[in-house]
Formats: sequence, structure tokens, C-alpha cells
Amino acid sequence: MYELIVIGGGPAGLAAACKAWEEGLRHILVLERDQELGGILNQCIHNGFGLQRFKEELTGPEYAGRFIGMLQKTGVEVRLDTMALQIVPGQDGAPHQVHAVNGKNGYQVLETRAVVLAMGCRERTRGAISIPGERPAGIFTAGAAQRYLNIEGYMVGRRVIILGSGDIGLIMARRMTLEGAKVLACVELLPYSSGLTRNIVQCLNDYDIPLYLSHTITDIRGHNRVEQVTVSEVGPDRRPIPGTEMVFDCDTVLLSVGLLPENELTRGAGIDIDPRTSGAKVYENMETAVPGIFACGNVLHVHDLVDYVSAESERAGAAAAAYVKTGREEAALRTIALQNGEGITYTVPQQIRLEARPRPAEVFFRVNRVTGAAALVAEDAAGREVARFRRGHLAPGEMEHIVLPAAALQDAASPLTIRMEEVSQ
Amino acid sequence: MYDVIVIGCGVVGAATAYRLARYRLRVAVLEACNDVANGTTKANSAIIHAGYDPEPGTLMAALNVEGNRMTAEICRKLDVPFRRCGSLVVGFTPADRAMLETLYQRGVANGVPELSLLSGEEVHTLEPALSPEVCGALLAPTAGIIDPWGFALAMIETAVQNGVELHRSCPVTAITALPEGNFRLSTPKGSFETRCVINAAGVDADRVHRLLEPIHWKMTPNRGEYYLLDKSEGSLVDHVIFQCPGPEGKGVLVSPTVHGNLIAGPNAEPVTDRLDLGNTADGLNFVRARALKSVPGIHFRQNIRNFSGIRANTDQGDFLIGASPNHPGFIDLAGIKSPGLSSAPAIGKRAAELVAEAGLPLEEKAEFLDERHVVRFRHLSPEEKNALIAKDPRYGRVICRCETITEGEIVDALHGPVPACTVNGVKRRCNAGMGRCQGGFCGPRVQEIIARELGVPPTEILLEQEGSWLLACETKQPKEGSGHV
Repeated sequence: MYELIVIGGGPAGLAAACKAWEEGLRHILVLERDQELGGILNQCIHNGFGLQRFKEELTGPEYAGRFIGMLQKTGVEVRLDTMALQIVPGQDGAPHQVHAVNGKNGYQVLETRAVVLAMGCRERTRGAISIPGERPAGIFTAGAAQRYLNIEGYMVGRRVIILGSGDIGLIMARRMTLEGAKVLACVELLPYSSGLTRNIVQCLNDYDIPLYLSHTITDIRGHNRVEQVTVSEVGPDRRPIPGTEMVFDCDTVLLSVGLLPENELTRGAGIDIDPRTSGAKVYENMETAVPGIFACGNVLHVHDLVDYVSAESERAGAAAAAYVKTGREEAALRTIALQNGEGITYTVPQQIRLEARPRPAEVFFRVNRVTGAAALVAEDAAGREVARFRRGHLAPGEMEHIVLPAAALQDAASPLTIRMEEVSQ
Repeated sequence: MYDVIVIGCGVVGAATAYRLARYRLRVAVLEACNDVANGTTKANSAIIHAGYDPEPGTLMAALNVEGNRMTAEICRKLDVPFRRCGSLVVGFTPADRAMLETLYQRGVANGVPELSLLSGEEVHTLEPALSPEVCGALLAPTAGIIDPWGFALAMIETAVQNGVELHRSCPVTAITALPEGNFRLSTPKGSFETRCVINAAGVDADRVHRLLEPIHWKMTPNRGEYYLLDKSEGSLVDHVIFQCPGPEGKGVLVSPTVHGNLIAGPNAEPVTDRLDLGNTADGLNFVRARALKSVPGIHFRQNIRNFSGIRANTDQGDFLIGASPNHPGFIDLAGIKSPGLSSAPAIGKRAAELVAEAGLPLEEKAEFLDERHVVRFRHLSPEEKNALIAKDPRYGRVICRCETITEGEIVDALHGPVPACTVNGVKRRCNAGMGRCQGGFCGPRVQEIIARELGVPPTEILLEQEGSWLLACETKQPKEGSGHV
């Protein structure tokens, strides 16, 4: 019987396991489906990781290495090349079961007091956005191309169009260029980029790669390998405008059209999913509606910076440790639901439990448009403003974060709405 | 000298080979593509029709109903995913209800068992997700869903196990009639002489026949586009949901698949380029709108793949099955449009009869191996899983996380009787890369296994046909004339 099983050995799982060990758990197992720890960070060989956490610019493998180093100093058990297939929540305080398989241990049903879900996310594919055209070879998600390039050592093509301006697509524009490919354009459906500003500057502008905002791919040609891609401008309704077609001769299309939390195990366990995040609904300590099952990192909601994944996962790890040591924490006095108001697309957590000991609560969310100066306002059910935070600039590509003071929460009437107010200059 | 050469290894060619494999005949199958079932068989609605659609008296009517019965039996013996989930043709108007009555009568005339007409209330009890506008339906319990590609593979694999030769990447470029009624087929892999030729070349059946002599009919290839949705949508309906057939064909269907997904499609659009399997925005919008008319709750956001297939339609009303009047040994299995998949085993049986009519005796072999087993790790019990892993640990390594496909199953696909030689060949055999991430995660690992098992460099691995390369080159490959010489 384990105290804690962490599903996923990427940044979220590593931080949660380390923290749970630090908080005193001694029977912890990390299940990792790949052959090494570190998750997707291993293929992110560019720098820019760790500025918040370590006040240093690290590469992905270096950032992962810091946490792997920490984990190796603990007694946390790790199983690599192991796939978790099913989670069966225990009823009425009975242990949870995790079904897992690998070549060495076979198919096993493992019992544990607590589970941290840290499976990360996957990329949206061509099918998710139904790009018309033929289906030749040469259409890759940006992350798959990144793995071929940085882990396997292969170039997926020579003349490239990138659809979507998510961060992985932007990073790959630079990476493919540095390896000798010609990146012809980055094409974004929305009127703004969904990536970080620094990536637009450092990965596109610095290499003279044009960014076509409010454009999309309307046709792909090539019976066997991509030969030609048609790009069209879209109107405010996001539909292609006839007559605006540009044709590019290319052999490769990279897709960077969004990430989706990978929650098949979560759904299978009967845990409620928030349609706004596609992740589990959680309380302020990252606990799902099933006692003893926690979620953190990109499986919960897609983050912009790994530093925030680590911080969130440490909260989950600490909460899992507290759960194992004390059972259910002190009974909540009451629960405040959070909802997203004007300009906000979701909130994590979805609910805050107030306990006898007042504590501040961190709330993460994204805005739905690019703005200049703006305020983030928390307003309770009675229409009272309980907190207000000023921002100089907001963009959907960047995750926002506020800390609701303990005092403000004590008197707030549920539900609490987080909304955005643009400040006229 | 061969007794029979089958040109084309789609489901019809495979069913024919499977039928002929039980007789004392020397048989070869020549397939133009680098893998089997690469045409219409790989891209269709994946339905085994009950048989109420074709006009009574046609070949389509007889062969569909017989093929439906035979399919269930073959799938059981050869371990092919098939489920008799039944179909509903739903009606929205009084005119539709009259059409349902017509279909019912047609079905009865064609010998389709267990048909019944349902009221609006009855059909909504059966399928709560149907539109409230649906006011009646024709229920055909014998209709089913199948893995059409796996069906063709199972039949050709069994044929090969029983001595039939299969030559892939072997397009027939010329056919010469020899004295005594024999034929010589020219291919890039050499020439083949045979007593009997069976033309099962699908959308290219006209071109193949014209290699021998002029033909009186015309191929009118017609493309249909589809959505394939995530398994999260797979249980939205239990039956195949058709709409009433109209001038545009059988209309758009919504159906579960044997793999647990939901499929919606097709439209119907004439095409000139038989290799253009593209999707169009208009075609997909049409399919989506029509599918939502039957089942309004489909979440098209959960789409994981669009595809399209080409129907081998002709300007004739029926299948074109029979020997050439001038060349009794040249047998067409042409114009196999819908319900071609459902009819395939019966067409294969008919083909064998035509071979006999051409003068070749059908003597049954003493030994005919008529079974096949496929390891599908995800469907095993925990005990079976452990037994398998103990025997070969590669069955414990999950490579495709979305579909839970193990390394052992991928290796099986690469070393079967008709082994995979491409990434899509692996996908179609064992489903690795068929799930919601569409190979985003497992693609590199599948290629690594293919390279290792087939002993080829990763840069030579193809997605599909010749020219469909996946990797341009290794990184940091020194350019000629630079670095050390």
C-alpha cells in the first residue's frame, strides 16, 4: 500500500512528489510512461525556463534536471516505461486503486491513500479544427516535430508553414530555421497571438518570419507529401474571405493550435471535468471532488510557464501529504464557488473551502483579449467588490494570477465572480 | 502458369482470394499499392448493410443479403471486429414515411430478415439522442458495423496462409490475350501468365479492363467525406442511423464504429482525379449539418479526423460481375459501389463460380486453415495480460497511449503473413496512432520500432505510398565539401 501515487513524472509530478516527501510521506510512487523523467521538458532545449523559480534562465532539460536531482535525494520510488491504465476511487475512505502496466512488473493493481494526477496535456490535431485538403505526409503537431528534431535528431521537412501561434509553434519556427529549414510563415486565426510576447519577438521577428494574424490554412495539396498550402484571410466571424488566398510551395505544415489537458484517466475515475479548462474541478488545495485525489499542472489547466506548474504542484503535493497524515482536513465552514465574469475565460480553483483558520487563496485564470491597463476585480454574490488588482497589460497568451486575501474571503457571499475592467487611459 | 490472377487487393479482391484459397488452384493477387486495401476499402462508412436498399432482382440485392450472412461467419472465424448493432432509417416527413414503407417492402422482397417499421415514439425509446423531428423509422437488426480494412486484411492473410501469392507494389501495366484463352499480365515486377484473370481493381477496374479490350461502361468516381469523432462520442447512438435515401444517395449516416468512435458522413461529389482524397470546407459543412439533423447532440468539437473515400460508381445501375464475352477467362468484379463491402464475401463466392464456368475445376483442398487470431492487449483480462507479458515483455510496453497499443502488437503487425511496411500500415493493423492524439505522441516511437524491425533507416520510412516520406534528413548532417574530408 502506497501513501501517494503520482501519475506522471513531468514537471508537475516531480514537484508534487518532492513536496509530499518533504512534508513527511515515505511511501510515494511516481508512474512515468516514458523511459525517463522530465516529461515534455526533455524536448524543450531552448532556454527561458526557471526565471520565476530559480531566477535563472534554464533550458527545459536543465529545469527538469533540478527537480530530478531533488527527487533522487528522496526515497520516492519511480517506475519508468509504465502506463497507468485506470484509477478506481476507493469508497468511504477505502484506498484508491491504480491499474498500471509495464514489461517488468506486468499488469498490476496498486493501492494508495492519495493520488496526484499529473499527466500533462496533448496537442490539438488537424482533425480538431478540420483543416480542408488532402492528407499527405508532412503535417505534424509542433510538439511532435520538436521531439523528432531535439530527441530523435531528424528534420521533419525543409519548407515549413506553421499554423497557430502557440508557444511551441513559435519556438519551432526558430528551431527549424536554425537547423536550416525555411519557415515561410506563421499563420494565426485570431487577431492576436496566443503565445508569449517574448517568443513572437525572439522566434519570429528576429528571423524575419512573417506572422499573418486573422489568417488560416484553407487547403493542403499533395497526394503523398505536402506540396502546397493555401492561406486565406478571415473576417471577424473567422470565416475565410474569398479572394485573399496566398499559395505557398512547401513540404511541411506544423500545427500549434492549442493544448488539451489529457484527462481520460480522470474521466474514467468519475471525476468532474470543467468544460472551460478541460481539467478536473478542484478546490483551493488542488483536491478534486474525490477525497484524496488531487490534480496539478497542465492536466488541470494549460499553463504558460513551467514555474507556475511547479508551484501549483507543490501545493497539490503538500495537500496530498496533509490528507494522508490527517485524513480529511478540518471540516470546511463553508464553500465559495468561483465563476468567470466579463473578460475572463475560467478560474482555477473552481471552489474555495473556508476553514476556521483564515488563509489567502490563489486564483489562476486567463483573459479573453489583449488589453492595455486593466483591473481584475473579485465581486461577491451581493455585488460587493472584495478585491481589486491593477495590471498594465493583459493577454490571453499569459496566465493571470491573483491572491485573494483571507480577510476578503471571510465575508464574501458565494459565488465570487472574477472579471476584468479595462481602464481608459 | 497461374490458374487465377486477381488484380486488386481491396475487400473484393481479398474476399475472392480467400474463397479461391480453399481450392486446388495456383492463385496470385497483384496489388498496385504498397499495401492491401488502400482504396475504397480503407475509407468508407464501415457498415454491413442489411440489404433493403437495392432494387429487388439486382445483383446488389442478392449479394448484399448473402454477403451480410457470410460476413458475420467470416469475422467470427478470422477474428475481425464486427458488431450486429442494427440500423435505423429515420424519417422526418410523411413523404419519408412513405419511403420507409417502400424500403420495408423492398427489404422483404430481397429476403432481409426481421425488418420492422417503428413509430416516432418507438424509435425515440430505442435511440433517445435522435432529433425530436424524427417521426418514424425502419429497423433492420441484421445491419452491422465492421473494421473494413481489418476484414480485407484478415481474408488476404488467410488466403496467403493457404498458399495464395500476394504481390504488392505490383501494378498491371499491360494485358495480352494468349492463344488457348490464356493471358499475360505485365508488371514492373515481371510478367505473369494465367488461365483466368479476375479484375477487382476498384476505382481503376475500367482502366484494367481497357488494357485488354474496349468497354461499354463508364466509371464515374464519386467522393464521400467523413468525420471521425473521439470515443467520448462513441456511445451517443447504438444503431447505424441513416436518413431516407434521396437523389443525393443514401444520405448522411451517424454510427458508432467497432473501435468505439462515432462516424458521420458521407456526402457525394463527382471527382475527376481518383487520387484526390481531399476534404473540402463545403463538403464537411454539408456532412455536419446533415448529421446534426438526425442527431442534434453530436459534439463536432470532439472530431479527431476527417477523411474521404472514392466510390467505384459507374454509369450502370448494378454491379458489373461476369466474364468478358470475347474472353471467357477474363472476369470483371467491377462497379462495386455501395453495398460493395457488405456484398464482398458473396462476390468472392460468385467469382469462384465464374472461374468454374471458365473451365477451371474447383477441387477443395484437404487442408484449408480457416482461422486466425489477433492479440488485442486492451481487450484481455488482467490475468491474460499478465500471462502475455510474462511470455513477451514487449506486450507490457504501451506505445500508443490513446488506444493502449503495446510494442508487442506493433511487432506483430510488422511480422504477420501480410506484414505492414508503412506507418499507416501499422496503424491500420493494430490501431497505433488511430486515437485522439493521432500519433502525436507515439509517431516517433512507432517509427523507431519499424526501423528496428525492418532494418531500414528512419528517413526511409513512409507514411503511405511512395513519396510520402516523413523525415527529411538527420540534423547536423555535414554538407558535402564541409568539415572533415
